[in-house]
Amino acid sequence: MGRVNVEEVFEAKLAKNDFIEPKDWMPENYRKHLIRQISQHAHSEILGMLPEGNWISRAPSLRAKLVLLAKVQDEGGHGLYLYTAAESLGISRDEMLNALLTGKAKYSSIFNYPTLSWADVGAVGWLVDGAAIMNQVMLQRSSYGPYSRAMVRICKEESFHQRQGYEIMTHLSFGTPEQKAMAQDALNRWWFPTLMMFGPPDRESPNSENALKWRIKRETNDQLRQRFVNQTVIQAEYLGLTIPDKGLVWNEAKKAYDFSEPDWAEFKNVIKGNGPCNKERLVSRNKSHKDGEWVRAAAAAYGKKQMEASLAA
Amino acid sequence: MSDSQGPLWEVFVQKKAGQPFVHCGNLHAYDKEMALQNARDLYTRRGEGMALWVVLSDAIVSSSPEDMGSFFEPSNDKIFRHPTFYQIPDGVGHM
Repeated sequence: MGRVNVEEVFEAKLAKNDFIEPKDWMPENYRKHLIRQISQHAHSEILGMLPEGNWISRAPSLRAKLVLLAKVQDEGGHGLYLYTAAESLGISRDEMLNALLTGKAKYSSIFNYPTLSWADVGAVGWLVDGAAIMNQVMLQRSSYGPYSRAMVRICKEESFHQRQGYEIMTHLSFGTPEQKAMAQDALNRWWFPTLMMFGPPDRESPNSENALKWRIKRETNDQLRQRFVNQTVIQAEYLGLTIPDKGLVWNEAKKAYDFSEPDWAEFKNVIKGNGPCNKERLVSRNKSHKDGEWVRAAAAAYGKKQMEASLAA
Repeated sequence: MSDSQGPLWEVFVQKKAGQPFVHCGNLHAYDKEMALQNARDLYTRRGEGMALWVVLSDAIVSSSPEDMGSFFEPSNDKIFRHPTFYQIPDGVGHM
């Protein structure tokens, strides 16, 4: 047998829908693309704990508090699965955390919007987690094995998140007129930022082409966005809430809804760091990291002693 | 691979007694006890298992992808390792 061409092996695996594993040869750009995407995804899970964490101490019932705590704990876990998936590509946890803490790393723009009322916790679960699931279900079939496996675990856990959000929206929408108004207000503020979560439109998405070619992603931003809108309209109708888009109409010819595009200038501005909460999020994350420093130092010192003792034994 | 988060550990979960331990992911921890506690918190929040192994990732020895063909080939051409290679006469019952 002659020398195996590593690039051909890589391409053949993609063609057969096989997974690429950490020790396999991969093009440098594939590696870079994955590190960027997976670390941003991990950061989003971690930063995503902040807007919801905001309501743990003010949840309206003990049940609501328990549910929200469990959900936020899940998000932390998702961040950890994803960080280790990225580490398998050769970047260290410290490098990623430093990039996040110094504001160099990007994360989902959605978490730079504030959660102003309890209804926002409902809207985040229903819409934001709903959109995230749509994306993550696709990523379960991503070509990079560790990423795909992390997504399978995450998807199993996410469906409770969306349902608990919708349950909050249901209680409010069928409650007093004031409660229903809260729910409508939350939908008004979260609708377009949620549509932005799928990323820029296909016509100007710089990273999509490679992601599709390498089967890191299986569908385009616009395809996922369309599916999300189609699925969500009926859920809003059930609640008796109005999606804040006059351009939203059923298109019989394409068997899907037409809808207005989000304000892409706003999207770019939030990504750049000028959203309502970008600064606050980074300050909070840096504060927790710094406050935890003595815990890490103590655990590291204790761990070192334990490991030395067990090696000596 | 060690950094300020402590070394990396691989986590294996046994779903039920008697079943094999299956790899489910990895995590960072500073010592064995913390690795076990983190594994419980991270990988068994929903009854995924009743027992856990945690192993330092550095301690794991694995085959490399380039070996794939030659390393595992012998078992494929030794067809006499498989029960279907042998003829069993009718009338001797299940074997």
